Amino acid sequence: MLVQVLRRLAVFVLSLVAASVLVFAFMAVLPGDPAQIALGVSATPESVAATRAAFGTDRPLVVQYAGWVSGLPVGDFGSSYVSRTAIGPQILDRVQVTLWLVLCATALALVLALPLGVLAAARHRSASGAVVSGVSQLGIAVPSFLAGILLVTVFAVRLGVLPSGGWVPPAQNPGEFVRHLVLPVVALGVVQAAVLTRYVRSAVLDVLREDYVRTARAKGLGPLRALARHGFRNAAIPVVTVLALQVATLLIGAVVVERVFVIPGLGSLLLDGTANRDLLLVQGVVMVLVVAVLLVNLLVDLLYTVIDPRLRAG
Amino acid sequence: MSTAPDSQPAAQPAPVLGARGPAGRRRATAGLLIGAVLVGLVVLTALVSFVWTPYDPLQVDSTARLLGPSGEHLLGTDKFGRDTVSQLMLGARTTLFVGFIAVGLAAVVGIPLGVFASMSTSWLGAAVMRANDLLLAFPALLLAIMFGAVFGASTLTAMVAIGIATIPAFARIARSGALQVLSTEYVLAARAAGRRRVGIAVRHVLPNISGLLIVQASVSFAIAVLAEAALSFLGFGTRPPTPSWGRMLQESQEFLYLTPRLALVPGIAIAVAVLGFNLLGDGLRDRFDPKLEDR
Repeated sequence: MLVQVLRRLAVFVLSLVAASVLVFAFMAVLPGDPAQIALGVSATPESVAATRAAFGTDRPLVVQYAGWVSGLPVGDFGSSYVSRTAIGPQILDRVQVTLWLVLCATALALVLALPLGVLAAARHRSASGAVVSGVSQLGIAVPSFLAGILLVTVFAVRLGVLPSGGWVPPAQNPGEFVRHLVLPVVALGVVQAAVLTRYVRSAVLDVLREDYVRTARAKGLGPLRALARHGFRNAAIPVVTVLALQVATLLIGAVVVERVFVIPGLGSLLLDGTANRDLLLVQGVVMVLVVAVLLVNLLVDLLYTVIDPRLRAG
Repeated sequence: MSTAPDSQPAAQPAPVLGARGPAGRRRATAGLLIGAVLVGLVVLTALVSFVWTPYDPLQVDSTARLLGPSGEHLLGTDKFGRDTVSQLMLGARTTLFVGFIAVGLAAVVGIPLGVFASMSTSWLGAAVMRANDLLLAFPALLLAIMFGAVFGASTLTAMVAIGIATIPAFARIARSGALQVLSTEYVLAARAAGRRRVGIAVRHVLPNISGLLIVQASVSFAIAVLAEAALSFLGFGTRPPTPSWGRMLQESQEFLYLTPRLALVPGIAIAVAVLGFNLLGDGLRDRFDPKLEDR
């Protein structure tokens, strides 16, 4: 068990290093000198050289990489070549906003998908099950940014009951915070729920056909009791796997949804950084997103052993 | 990066204890049919756009801005007075083009990698799958935004980024399919008869996993359509003036108060294409692998 966890942690750390090398190398191939770009074409060679030294871009790439990556664990992402301000605090600010979005959307997706998926599986031969399956198939076809635009059209433009966008920090005004959060969370969460419902359904269907569920039924347990006692834990593994894969989708979906609702999260920071060709900032945000995905995968792998005792032995 | 169970529950074979009655089969066939019709509709629209569109989709007409639907303009016009139907038709072309190149790239790179990993007994096979797992941490949109930041946004960078991000899906499915084929007796016989590994891969493995791969291609196509739309929406995909459904959506955003129709039309087009490819993939999965319940 311990060996397994340690091995998994080692894989995680190696993946982090490999990902950081990839991100850094990718941004380093860009033609053009950040110092020259920052100063413009009329700059003298001396001032360019001085700025280059100030940025640290005159050092060999390996040294630059080491400098960048060694700052990451303590939240030091360097200083932007464009705005000349520290990147770490900006990312920290924005992460909180995006976390609200992603966590609320995940919660909403779970609350919708678990009962609906079980219903669709338990009634897969009847009309209600087919309706749930059909609606979830439709939901998958609607990207979250499109759902966002449609929600704005109905609830902000037509009915005027909710704001069409923007962000209010929870500490400033909790009521307004929630009002601003509703539409983006629904846009993200409902689409995720559609995907998740399908997996919950197929996982529960698989379990329903297992011998142990049939035995439980034969012993006189009702379908739901049998499922609750013997089925859910077994159905949980594929569902948790998909949920983890979806966090990546959700994070990146948040990037687009933040643009629709003009929310100052990580996605907006990434897109603004790209528009301003602020590469160190882009590099930092990309790294944060990739670390988040890898971290969720790690947590899920560790969670498997909690859900399924059989996996602890191996 | 999930090591324990298969991360694609859809690929798990299910027991067949009368799993699918005639009703299930009928529903699956219906799904396949609807999917084929929707995909056919998009393909046909794109093909027709090569020879005919109601108007020149790029023609700006300041006297016909933001018109509602009428006999002249069936779905109205946008803020530049461009005909929405014509834009939509050309957009179908962009969508399919990006999808084909992206999925094609992913298949051409991913399938050989997956088959290689399944046959390799050295560390190289394991390394390929590890690299594959790492790539999974970079979603298509994130890759495309990085590509856009470095190489500039264009249809090409979007296609390549989506394609690269899709490689792991093909490599995984090819590997797991190939592993099954490799354990069969006819492969053992071929090996005993002295056929080389490449020969076995081409003669036995590829034909037997082609069904799986076609299903994966259809599902990946749906994902590519979504990614292209999102990228164009963000301004990282197809550049103006080439019409694209994602950009039509983005341009519609400032007119949500006036004409929500401008958002609805490309939105429906995206949903139709994605739904079509998803249903097609699901239906084909049933056809190629009757052991599986319709999912």
